Amino acid sequence: MKYWSEEIETMSRSEIEALQLKRLKTTLARAAHSPFYRELFRKNSINPEDIRSTEDLTYLPFTRKNDLRLSYPRGFLAVKEDEVVRMHASSGTTGQSTVIYHTAHDLNEWTDLVTRSLVVAGAGEKDVFQNMMSYGLFTGGLGLHYGAERLGMMVIPIGGGNTHRQIEFFRDFKTSVIHITPSYALHVSDVIKDMGLGPVDFNLRLMIFGAEPYSEATRDKLEASFRVRAFNCYGLTEMNGPGVAFECRQSEGMHVWEDNYLVEIIDPATGQPAGPGEIGEVVFTTLNREAMPLIRYRTRDLAQLFPETECPCGRNFRRLSRILGRTDDMLIVRGVNVFPSQIEHVLMKLPEVGTNYQIILNRVDNLDRMTIRVEIYGKMFHGEARELRLLRKKIQHELKEQILLSTEIELMEPGALPPSQGKAKRVFDNREI
Amino acid sequence: MPHQISVFMENRPGKLERVTDLLADQGINIRAITITDSGDFGILKLLVNDPGKACDILTGNGLVAVLKEVVAIRVIDSPGGLRDIGATLTRHRINIDDAYGFVLRSGQSAVFVIQVINPEEVEVILKNEGFSLLGEKDLYQL
Repeated sequence: MKYWSEEIETMSRSEIEALQLKRLKTTLARAAHSPFYRELFRKNSINPEDIRSTEDLTYLPFTRKNDLRLSYPRGFLAVKEDEVVRMHASSGTTGQSTVIYHTAHDLNEWTDLVTRSLVVAGAGEKDVFQNMMSYGLFTGGLGLHYGAERLGMMVIPIGGGNTHRQIEFFRDFKTSVIHITPSYALHVSDVIKDMGLGPVDFNLRLMIFGAEPYSEATRDKLEASFRVRAFNCYGLTEMNGPGVAFECRQSEGMHVWEDNYLVEIIDPATGQPAGPGEIGEVVFTTLNREAMPLIRYRTRDLAQLFPETECPCGRNFRRLSRILGRTDDMLIVRGVNVFPSQIEHVLMKLPEVGTNYQIILNRVDNLDRMTIRVEIYGKMFHGEARELRLLRKKIQHELKEQILLSTEIELMEPGALPPSQGKAKRVFDNREI
Repeated sequence: MPHQISVFMENRPGKLERVTDLLADQGINIRAITITDSGDFGILKLLVNDPGKACDILTGNGLVAVLKEVVAIRVIDSPGGLRDIGATLTRHRINIDDAYGFVLRSGQSAVFVIQVINPEEVEVILKNEGFSLLGEKDLYQL
């Protein structure tokens, strides 16, 4: 199967843009039913009917995560409570959790986008799908679950964790497609090796990655270790969850499902549109959601939008680069902007180091000091302190090239750093400012 | 040819205890030990009565350890004993990567263990020069 929704997926740019404008108008009219947007429109004297093009959208203010928090629990609800059939919530680790509501229509559309994404990856009804993401309020589990079922795959709703059992299920149920976070995949790959198993023992062929940023080098490592094709899936709870953008088999960026989302890239400092192809903060407007429309929602994810719209896969939806970091992940070290993903990229290229790492920031005599802890890979050790000192220098050198900062490297025994399950905590900023 | 075990260890309390615990539990006897310090980590080098088994025990418990061939030379435990070896190595332009020694019986004999790039060649050279070398079994059954 090449397309799931062929009519939509093969639209020309002008057809896509016409559909976007039509849906944007509906969205703005719906949004005006929610307490938050009713007040926002009133305060800023905005009449949704004045929006005549998608470009006019830039006259509207942004919606931020904090607006969702302050409007907890129902400030963004734009339909009657009776019409809501499900809610999801983000983890709330950084404050009040944020709630997203769905009508039956919303869930149906979301599921369709996920199914469309799985078809793009090359999955089909004969596949066995092991969903290794948490279920529950987190959208990664249920989102892919229903999309995979709709495609007709056999779904194993195992959730995250319990690695030995996951691996036994790979073998016993001939799992062919898995949905997993990259950091957990690294851990699973280590455990498979420890169990004396390898790719030949399994039937795996596709791996869907979501939920956290990671580097291209990590993807190469994982594709080689599992002998699968890996695809990036992008989503966030505020935009339903997974299935906002998905990579096609060209592996050059993720097609944003622009029939459902209007995407902008802005300079996070000024809020102004970023130039063509520039890295900036990703901003979305929902175009097909009833219960909870969101307008110009700032994701805090950093990425670039490729200027070209044509793709050999036949779709004309614009493509988003991999997520390069979070506006709030950005570390400022001695005045230099550093993203943990840059450090990961360097480490994953080195065969001598394992898959876990930690970034530790301290302030000593008013000076920032960055320490990177890496685990050495047992098979690359030949017994001499000298080679490890050289390795330490090599890591320092490569990091300096990439992030322009001097670092201290601490070499650790394999397994010394806590294994990463789910979203990994890698950065420990102990600086007191 | 004798083997030593090199173990990578983070430089923090309890690390040496862990290694020696694992070996003691399995009846491994340590003949000689050195530690090289490199700041945040160290390299522990061990001569034991059963290096293959000891190395498996350590790696099996998640430690990073490897076996490495070394040359073990019997030395007379008296002034000048080591000098003859030094002179011979110099003459043959053999570079020592790492070395350590231990006394077998006080006033009688000691062992000088060297780590070189090409241990087999060095063994032949030293044998031809009349030195008494300890083989794998000799060393472990001291």
